[in-house]
Amino acid sequence: MRIDLVARNGRSRLVEIAAPLVALIAAMAIGGLLVALLGKSPVQAFFVYFVDPLMESWSLQELAVKATPLVIIAVGLCFCFRANLWNIGAEGQFILGGAMGGWIALLTHGGAGGWWILPAMLLTGALAGLAYALIPALLRVWLGVSEILTSLMLVYIAQFFLDYMVRGPWRDPKGFNFPVTVNFADAATLPQLFDGGRMHAGVLIAIVVALVAALVFSRSLFGYEVRLVGAAPRAARFAGFDDRRLTLSVFAISGALAGLAGIVEVSGQIGQLQPSISPGYGFTAIIVAFLGRLSPIGIVVAGLVLALTYIGGESAQVAMKLPFYLTGAFQGILLMCVLAADVFTRYRLSVQFGRAA
Amino acid sequence: MASAPVSTQETGSAPPLVSLRGLTKRFGSFTANESIDLDLHPGEVHALLGENGAGKSTLVKTIYGLIQPTSGHMLWNGQETVVRSPEEARALGVGMVFQHFSLFDNLTVAENIALALPRSERLETIPARIAEVAQRYGIVLEPQRRVWTLSAGERQRIEIARCLLQNPKLLILDEPTSVLTPQEAETLFQTLDRLKAEGRAILYISHKLDEVKRLCDRATILRMGKVVATCDPRQESARSLAALMVGAQVKDVQAASNRVFGEPRIVVDQLSMRSPELHGVALKNISLSVSAGEILGIAGIAGNGQAELFAALSGEVVANTPGVIGFNGKAAGLENITQRRQRQAAFVPEERNGHAAAPDFALSENVVLSRHADGSMTRFGLLDFGRARSLAGEIIGAFDVRKAGPDPAARTLSGGNLQKFVVGREILRNPSALVIDQPTWGVDAAAAAAIRQAIVDLAAKGAAVIVISQDLDELFEISDRIAVIHQGELSEARPASVITREEIGLLMAGAALAH
Amino acid sequence: MNPDIIELVLITIVTAATPLVIAGVGELVVERSGVLNLGVEGMMIVGAAIGFAAAFLTGSALIGALAAIASGMLMSALFGLLAIGLAANQVASGLALTILGLGTAGLAGAGFVGQKRDSVPHLYIPGLSDLPFVGKLIFGQDPFVYLGVALVAGVAWFLRRTRAGLTLRAVGENHASAHALGMRVRRIRFLAVLFGGACAGLAGGYLSLVYTPFWSPGMTAGRGWIALALVVFASWRPWRVYAGALLFGGATVLQLHAQAASIGLPGQLLSALPYLATILALVVLSARDRRGSIAPGSLGAPFVPDR
Repeated sequence: MRIDLVARNGRSRLVEIAAPLVALIAAMAIGGLLVALLGKSPVQAFFVYFVDPLMESWSLQELAVKATPLVIIAVGLCFCFRANLWNIGAEGQFILGGAMGGWIALLTHGGAGGWWILPAMLLTGALAGLAYALIPALLRVWLGVSEILTSLMLVYIAQFFLDYMVRGPWRDPKGFNFPVTVNFADAATLPQLFDGGRMHAGVLIAIVVALVAALVFSRSLFGYEVRLVGAAPRAARFAGFDDRRLTLSVFAISGALAGLAGIVEVSGQIGQLQPSISPGYGFTAIIVAFLGRLSPIGIVVAGLVLALTYIGGESAQVAMKLPFYLTGAFQGILLMCVLAADVFTRYRLSVQFGRAA
Repeated sequence: MASAPVSTQETGSAPPLVSLRGLTKRFGSFTANESIDLDLHPGEVHALLGENGAGKSTLVKTIYGLIQPTSGHMLWNGQETVVRSPEEARALGVGMVFQHFSLFDNLTVAENIALALPRSERLETIPARIAEVAQRYGIVLEPQRRVWTLSAGERQRIEIARCLLQNPKLLILDEPTSVLTPQEAETLFQTLDRLKAEGRAILYISHKLDEVKRLCDRATILRMGKVVATCDPRQESARSLAALMVGAQVKDVQAASNRVFGEPRIVVDQLSMRSPELHGVALKNISLSVSAGEILGIAGIAGNGQAELFAALSGEVVANTPGVIGFNGKAAGLENITQRRQRQAAFVPEERNGHAAAPDFALSENVVLSRHADGSMTRFGLLDFGRARSLAGEIIGAFDVRKAGPDPAARTLSGGNLQKFVVGREILRNPSALVIDQPTWGVDAAAAAAIRQAIVDLAAKGAAVIVISQDLDELFEISDRIAVIHQGELSEARPASVITREEIGLLMAGAALAH
Repeated sequence: MNPDIIELVLITIVTAATPLVIAGVGELVVERSGVLNLGVEGMMIVGAAIGFAAAFLTGSALIGALAAIASGMLMSALFGLLAIGLAANQVASGLALTILGLGTAGLAGAGFVGQKRDSVPHLYIPGLSDLPFVGKLIFGQDPFVYLGVALVAGVAWFLRRTRAGLTLRAVGENHASAHALGMRVRRIRFLAVLFGGACAGLAGGYLSLVYTPFWSPGMTAGRGWIALALVVFASWRPWRVYAGALLFGGATVLQLHAQAASIGLPGQLLSALPYLATILALVVLSARDRRGSIAPGSLGAPFVPDR
């Protein structure tokens, strides 16, 4: 038997929308198998993971809150991935953005406060992420160093940096030696959207970011440039687009958005700095970006789906005693299914029986 | 005298070495080969003629075991034979010299040859075997050289030596002279004559009809996947063969009358530049000048700096000093491709897919590719896709681009149609200077004629044009002057009416540059 | 300094280098065939979890090592199906493998956290192993150390001297030419990927069976990524992988010793050193030979046989 990939002639809208859905269903089936192997009921797990969180107002809000950092990071990543550049260090940029933005909150803590503190935090966070992402970008542009490896190594370094700062210089002196900073003042906390609710203003930021990015991608010359560099790099050079400038631009955008996501999470959700401020959002956002087919609107939907796995995973740990790592395994399976399904938007599978050639 | 496809044995009484019977290959709904009958006899040089896309490659890949036919079969010495892989084909006695060489640049000559020999062959014995072939056929090779250091002609010798080491009964050559100087081609023909005399069959794919008439005993002509004729090419005229291939008369390019050249429009003054590519060719001290209304042809064997010259002229690679390149009297050496386009210069690179056009982008999006330079593609900072679509429509209409659907992806167009589209995209801007690299490479005859006519017409309207091409016939047809590029050096341009093919051949080989 | 202490330090450096050597030389073969598998970290951690679990349950380190190899191969087979069979993007597929590996390893190892077992016995040759200074260094290591050296020697010989090695290099150099000559590009690449998976799994198994020896989630701590960097650093040559691994092993050991000696630098800074060193090494390398890069020609490019 011989299996061949045959290029499709055109792109079908239907197939492009169907592909991630099929991938999600396939991943759920495999995940269900895993649950069964662990001796639990896949049906119950399905409800705990994917249905129950959608049934209550607080968990719906929680969903939006969890999706917020994922969406903001993933929108930035899709600029890189579309241009065939691999910033896989968003986790590090997220951490540094949260840390440096949070630093502003610490500096102004106990002061008179003021409307400018929050914007200053958001800006600092974004700039910190931007600067951190420029390290691999500059190394690539100047010296041809693989951005994949350097951006990832910088994740570890950012983690150690935050860990040191929170245990050392930034520790709350009245915190009974816990490695945490003071709780941020109100002026340094993103406001809640509803009284008594869980949703903070970061949710709006995520929506605005996705909408602006969608416009940039579909209608601006810069968006065209990004798509062209990824699809046909020589044609992009022929079009007069400078690939060095573009590399720096997309890393700057993705780093700034990851940093922004970091400070949004710290200011809106955590309310202080801790040794660890991310359960791997920077890596999960890679899955979000691909599940959303590298389009900002798709990423909003995909962000909600992945947020669901986090929330569902937490309740499954409690309700069904399912292991914490099941969520991680499921996310990996999902990304693999998405990548496989993506192939079928470009190719048809042709199977010929008979002896192989 | 073309006859209908026949399966009777005409050449002597010996059974044919290879007989194809009713060979059909379909890819999905597309039929690449339909019910092909073909006989190849020992000691025969058989031409396989046809336009691009006629199905020649598919047919030889089937014989070489790279693809399996959908139906039909092959007889080898009268025995029905299934060839499942190139390895089996080689074991049977089939050798193949590929058009785009199947060599590995970073491996040595000996390693490259070892890779095509049977597994039983020991790596240590290869140099001795190479020496053996060298002695017998006069094909000299240095076993330890890395392939990337070799010229195109030398690379082809590796491919041929690789085949000969296996003592093939059938040798397939795919457009072998496209990378050779006329003199090198003559040497190749002598080798082929010798192989023929040894009783080997040769299947010779070409679209150069003069060569076919010089070399081949019989010719099979394919059109749209079918055999349309089998004939003796020596009995046919080049014109009648061309008509069989194309299925219709191709219009000759109409030269413009009363040519008057104006001011110099493209001037290159002592341009030297390193190649950005790892194994590229450096440009050495290149000077040229093309006036308004003039077409300068640049001949040369592939890989002698054409790509680098194009990149330097277009501004894809920017020079160090402003004065080395000028467009319309302005020093443009430091300008990038967008700024040069703003100086009314236009460029068409060699490769359609992935360089001149993005294969997965729609035609209208591909319009934006080069046309955004003058700012006409954006409105209020946003892309104006309506305008892009109407421009695409104009190009499609003016250049008769055949396509499926209203605004399809570039990769769905045939080679000729996509080339017409990218040439049209630049010519409809009415540029005052045009640099075009291999304008009709791999394009069907009708499209090639249309493209050449468009170039001639543009020059007649007063543009300066540089045509870089490996096709000497094309250069003689449309150029006013011809220069030759060899290892990054450009010879002095001479009038096309004065310079001869032999002189160009010597320049292509680098011989005459010494004076 | 006391020569015994120097010997001890050298031994720990070789031990720290061994998982990098094993994983790195596996990835080198993968990359020489033209495939970039970024999932080394994922395969390693699965190998560590499964290897420890199998050894703990059976009481046999050998079975543990074999299980680690098998699990690494299984993971790499998933990657192979995706990136070679379906020609999916190799970078993304490798990332997916890493994410999947981290989750799967956590899942598989959940029941073994906090368990401990004895490390494997070291070689002991009476007389030789007792030689001063070099005895334990050369004749007293654990079997994996020797296996690492043998792997590097074997791969170097395979790539340079054998026909199959030549074929593998050709496929990595130019898959279109290789296909035209009838080489089975996808099969050869798949086999190379499986070999890389076996090596990564074994390297993970080394961590949990010998190096620590216990299982804890996230214990690979980026070693898979460092192994990837090593291959680049080594310009795709086997013995240079070994040299590079010793360098990184040295950095790791030095920071551990510095932390133990509490020399006043923050522990986090010292812990970050291996990662900083990796970036630095890549920078130095690129500054050294910018044009002389010998990355396999088809590295990372998806291959779909044309017709």
